[in-house]
Amino acid sequence: METITAASGTTSLTWLLIALPLAGAVILLGTGRVTNKWGHLLGVATIAGSFGVAVTLWLSLLAKPSEDRAVRQFLFTWLDLGRFKVDVALQLDQLSMAFVLLITGVGLLIHVYAVGYMKGDDGRRRFFGYLNLFVAAMLLLVLADSYVLLYVGWEGVGLASYLLIGYYQTRDTAGPAAKKAFVVNRVGDIGMSVAIMLMFAAFGTVTFQGVFEAAPGASSAMVNGIGFMLLLAACGKSAQFPLQSWLLDAMEGPTPVSALIHAATMVTAGVYLIARSNPIFDLAPTAQMAVIIVGLITLLAGGIIASAKDDIKKALAGSTMSAIGYMMLAVGLGPTGYVFAIAFLLAHGFFKAGLFLGAGSVMHGMNDQVNMRRFGGLRSVMAITTATFGLGYLAIIGIPPLAGYFTKDLIIESALARSPIIGGLAIIGAGLTAFYMSRIFFMTFIGKKRWTEDVHPHESPWSMTVPMLVLAIGSVASGYLLMRDYTLEKWLEPVTGFVEPETSLSHVVVTSITLTSVAVGIVAAILLYLRRDVPQVAPEKVSFLVVAARKDLFGDAFNEAVFMRPGQWLTRSLVWVDNRVIDGAVNGVAASLGGLSARARRIQTGYTRSYSLVMLSGALLVLVLLAIVGR
Amino acid sequence: MNPMNYIYLSAALFSIGAFGVLFRRNAIVVFMCVELMLNAANLAFVTFARINGTLDGQVVAFFVMVVAAAEVVIGLAIIMSIFATRRSASIDEANLLRS
Amino acid sequence: MTAYLATGVATVSAGETFAFWVLAILTVGGAIGMLLSRKAVHSALWIALTMVSLAVVYLINAAPFLSMVQIIVYTGAVMMLFLFVLMLIGVDAADSLVETIKGQRLAAVLVGIGFGLLLLAGVGGLTVNEIKGLDAATSQAGGNLEAVAQLIFGRYVLAFEVTSALLITAAVGAIVYTHRERLVGKPTQAMISRARFTSATAPRSPMPAPGVFANHNAVDTPALLPDGSPALDSVPAPFQVEEARTFTTADGRVITAVYPEGDDK
Repeated sequence: METITAASGTTSLTWLLIALPLAGAVILLGTGRVTNKWGHLLGVATIAGSFGVAVTLWLSLLAKPSEDRAVRQFLFTWLDLGRFKVDVALQLDQLSMAFVLLITGVGLLIHVYAVGYMKGDDGRRRFFGYLNLFVAAMLLLVLADSYVLLYVGWEGVGLASYLLIGYYQTRDTAGPAAKKAFVVNRVGDIGMSVAIMLMFAAFGTVTFQGVFEAAPGASSAMVNGIGFMLLLAACGKSAQFPLQSWLLDAMEGPTPVSALIHAATMVTAGVYLIARSNPIFDLAPTAQMAVIIVGLITLLAGGIIASAKDDIKKALAGSTMSAIGYMMLAVGLGPTGYVFAIAFLLAHGFFKAGLFLGAGSVMHGMNDQVNMRRFGGLRSVMAITTATFGLGYLAIIGIPPLAGYFTKDLIIESALARSPIIGGLAIIGAGLTAFYMSRIFFMTFIGKKRWTEDVHPHESPWSMTVPMLVLAIGSVASGYLLMRDYTLEKWLEPVTGFVEPETSLSHVVVTSITLTSVAVGIVAAILLYLRRDVPQVAPEKVSFLVVAARKDLFGDAFNEAVFMRPGQWLTRSLVWVDNRVIDGAVNGVAASLGGLSARARRIQTGYTRSYSLVMLSGALLVLVLLAIVGR
Repeated sequence: MNPMNYIYLSAALFSIGAFGVLFRRNAIVVFMCVELMLNAANLAFVTFARINGTLDGQVVAFFVMVVAAAEVVIGLAIIMSIFATRRSASIDEANLLRS
Repeated sequence: MTAYLATGVATVSAGETFAFWVLAILTVGGAIGMLLSRKAVHSALWIALTMVSLAVVYLINAAPFLSMVQIIVYTGAVMMLFLFVLMLIGVDAADSLVETIKGQRLAAVLVGIGFGLLLLAGVGGLTVNEIKGLDAATSQAGGNLEAVAQLIFGRYVLAFEVTSALLITAAVGAIVYTHRERLVGKPTQAMISRARFTSATAPRSPMPAPGVFANHNAVDTPALLPDGSPALDSVPAPFQVEEARTFTTADGRVITAVYPEGDDK
């Protein structure tokens, strides 16, 4: 366990990281139309400022010895309930720093891109306000020093994603998609809150430091329980099986949002949560194994879904599922995997953002069409986009020496070290990745032009291409820079620990097997989508697997059958019980009282003498009773 | 003679008054019946004062008379105002409280 | 006699017994008379009898002060007030014979008799072992009046003061209740006359004066019209009684005047 010192000097600027985008969000969302003209610039400026602070902090951390880099900045006491105290305090250590750099760096590029992408949209100011809120919430999530504060950021991310996915309020599909994301995330949030409650019950504290110090003393069942609950939370945010269904629908949001969700924020939160909770998972092998299984299922399912989608954004979304599955698999591997998971996450941040921005650029030039069957041959008109997208494509499938090669291969190697089955499935996943990414690239940029008649593809403006170029550079170089000479391992080691994976196979052999698998995937794609014409309408007669993949592997159908139908049935029966039994009882009482009153009303004749008669009868009754009792 | 005879007399007057309230419809006569009941109560007070050897009963009877005077004033004023609007002193005419 | 009245005795003398029975008959008789009189004014007279009788009962029952208050307050003030109101409302006002509430009469009889019997039975269950008498209570103060005064202005002074507030409130309340705001001016004689001559039905001529007969010449006697029938309008409304009245003219004819029954004038 590393020591954490109080923030001082440069590191006392940590709060600015969150404060800047938060202030941007407040100003943009609070001022209304006043800021319409320059609101987007303010949105970019706050993220730029945040990125500047992040770089400054990074440099100041680099200047310190490795063990002393973690700092804690106390802001104020939030709750003070006797023995239970929650501070609002930020913890900046190597893990947070990596995420902060990713979020602000990639976030900044996406913001710049969005300036061009959202040009002409009436709600651009609102959009940037939401984006700023998204970034602020995500920064709070990764900078929190306790699970409760993390939960605040966690929910903030959920809220911002809801607002952004549903940004196109005029579209019928956007609202349900946003709701779906929100509701599915709620399921994960239940896991988060239960985990926090368990921690409080078991340890009496919810700070990272306190929980991690107390965790070794807790029972195995308790630690595993917390681990499973954290996994459920991570599944919700990171769109892992079985809570993956929202991610594909989340494509309803504008493309920069997709890029932000998939590359820099949101889906990485689950990986962060598990990497951050590594002391708990190291004590809970069962929960860790569950993480691995979830990761494996998701990475394969994501790959299969991505292989069948014709919507470029949905195909990329499936790719994200698959990639996050790799990361989950890696964090499930324990100390051998944490660093590689983060490495892949950072590299993925670059190339996935680049791919999404590239897709956005394509859509920008194609009248917002997303059907890849009507693309093709775009390289002739969109050179920059083709180049940046191509670099991202090569990076994600792991072609050396690009980023994916350095990071994903290490995950596969660690997986092989754990078990040949896990490693084998990961290698199959790599082949799948190569297949569907090649498919996307070939269908979009190469091959014959299958454009609809009314489109006139053109290259996007510089505010969109520059971020894509920067991200492409990152896609190329980040892997090498991160993994060269154990740079990231050394950097993260104090937080997550690091153990060199020990495989019976040499590094070269593993790489060869992986690359073979990738090559098979590419060749299959070439045979299917370059050598043959791509039909402009999706073929109907396809295998069961394709049908399943087009339907998100029946995820929605499963949810509908297992959760929605019984839920509706339960609701209906509850409504019936409410109407008939509860309301019936209430109404019955009311009706009988009413009937009684209607009868009792007849006594009210209005004649004084009748009332007097009743009075005297009462007196008579009293006398009778007195006569009876008195004797 | 047993002084309880005074009490019997009081009970008889009270019963007659109570019966009158139920029986008669002229508001003024009803009022007279009420006064009769009050007087019957006063008689009981006075008699019990004598039997118990304290004057408190007489003082209470005095207060009853004062209150009865006030009540008569208000009651008759009400009867007058009802008569002014309805041209009737019948107690059954004023049955606005009917459901 | 004075000493006997002022102090009150512990025993009941034969004279008191005699007085009690006479007074009991008078009070109960007055009460029953009030109950059974159809005319309110008769009821008022009957109950005045009851109240005066009760005042005498108080006198022999060792309460001379209350006796005087009874005369002054009840017989003097309250009953006069009743009579005033009766005059304002109509001295002949009588209950109609039709019972408006179904079953009220039977119920009233049953409950009234049951109540009276139970009350008498209940009182009959009591036994008085000893009459303490008021001698001890009054002799110390020097008489009944003084003793009552000591109590009223001593122990019960607060209640007494509150009573004064009650009386003032009652007086103000009575004024407020009976006060009528005159919304239109009082009609002048000229206005009344004009209304009479513009009306289609009202007679133009003066009303006929009451009649003069061999055996009657009071204001409740109707005049005779030229055809020999009685002119009912010539009798002022308060004197138009419902029962048929017969008159004998100077030439020996017998005239019967019958006013339409029903509305209480």
